[in-house]
Amino acid sequence: MKPARRHGISMVDVGNALWALILPGVVLVLAILAASGNAALAARDRGTSVRVGVFSPFRETGRLLRQQRRSVLGADSLLWRIGGSGLVIAAFLAALAVPVGAIVPLDIPVGVVWFNAVDVSLWALWWLLGWGSNSVHPLIGGYRFLAQALAYEIPLMFALTAPAIGAQSLRLTDVVTAQQPIWFALTIPVAFIVYCASVTAFSAWGPFALPAGTDIAGGVLGELSGVDRLLVLAGRWCLLVAGAAFAVPMFLGGGAGPLLPPALWVLVKTCALLAVFLLLGHAMPAIRPQRLAELGWVVVLPLVLLQLLVTSVLAVMGKG
Amino acid sequence: MATIVFWVAAVVAVLAAAAVFRVDSMARATYALAVSFIAVGVAVLVLHLDFIGVITILMMVMEMAVMAVFMVSYMGMNPALMPMDMTHSKRPAAVIAAAVFVGLAAAALLIPWPARAGTAAADTTRALGEAIMGSKMLVMLTISPILFATIIAALVLANPRGRYDRLGDDLRDAPADPEQGGIGR
Repeated sequence: MKPARRHGISMVDVGNALWALILPGVVLVLAILAASGNAALAARDRGTSVRVGVFSPFRETGRLLRQQRRSVLGADSLLWRIGGSGLVIAAFLAALAVPVGAIVPLDIPVGVVWFNAVDVSLWALWWLLGWGSNSVHPLIGGYRFLAQALAYEIPLMFALTAPAIGAQSLRLTDVVTAQQPIWFALTIPVAFIVYCASVTAFSAWGPFALPAGTDIAGGVLGELSGVDRLLVLAGRWCLLVAGAAFAVPMFLGGGAGPLLPPALWVLVKTCALLAVFLLLGHAMPAIRPQRLAELGWVVVLPLVLLQLLVTSVLAVMGKG
Repeated sequence: MATIVFWVAAVVAVLAAAAVFRVDSMARATYALAVSFIAVGVAVLVLHLDFIGVITILMMVMEMAVMAVFMVSYMGMNPALMPMDMTHSKRPAAVIAAAVFVGLAAAALLIPWPARAGTAAADTTRALGEAIMGSKMLVMLTISPILFATIIAALVLANPRGRYDRLGDDLRDAPADPEQGGIGR
């Protein structure tokens, strides 16, 4: 979407195009790592063999690939499959905006808003997943996700605004440059925490996994089988990875760091944040969506707004 | 390249908008409209209005997700769950639609549009922000409270149980809510 360059195709363009091609692969590998790590943690909690646990995502993948896909009478297959396959695509689109060293595959001036647009598309995708299946429990799961989204989305929007105000730009490379001495995770911690919580919430994972909860027979996952189920499960992990990756330019200083090249730092920071997500996700109890709404609007929203006020005042003073 | 993307987006926008009235389910109609809006957003992106383009997609997808819920829940009976016709008052609607289309198309083709004066700002997002927050600030200041008051008024009218119902006249009783809120009130 950027204006055409006058002097032909440069090396950076070639690098960007190549990265955009291999990016889905990288996201998938990280998603598999996250799923394995999660399975290992779950096995440790249960007291079963961690080594067996680590490989359970692979066994599950093999099983789902062989399984015949079922459908329900009267299911809206088109909408159902759009919802199911959309999660992975949304994760790739979000990860596309992350600058990796000198390579910025999607160098638009409004990268922050881009991520927001992608995360809003999850409202539609999770609901379609519930609606399309034409059965009760997935439908309840879809509505649960929307209730949850009402609670986290507005705080998330303001949490995304804070780094943009700190950097006085919506372009991600500018946001990275603005954190050169000190990361936004340290200067605007409330926004960072709200962002991390929202990422797990839009992935319907960890404490926010009730849209797919066992109390409603798997919720949105309820009627999914075979490759459809595989796509949704993979989509959740990919979303978690994309959320962690996007936090790197927004809050964790981008590729800045000693010794290693910037691209590697982005990877290291993404993996570190993913590990934190996994550990905290296992340590925290599930939060019911109906309780989350009050929490999100009465407690979290004022806190984020206060954070935004402080950031804005500091930005204006620093400028003047 | 930009021309191709623009035309593809334009055709998708029109086809998806037409699909809104051809499909037989509320959910499909809603999301066909969402696809149409996304295509419009892409067309705007091609014009290098990055912020407007992305924000159009963001707002419209969110809006359609909410609209689907309201359409289904306010549909009474449950035709929202059955195949149903998405059109009514067909003849007047067709006449109005045709007249508006001809009028707009004629305007687009026949008006002698002026040539562009000056060049676009380097950062269109900043230019837009300065226009809204600068010279048009008075308009925004007037509209914002009115919109906000409308939202509050609608909520007050629609709310079946306000805080006086929940907490008593002196706002001190323990609420008898079917579901407890998240912060123990």
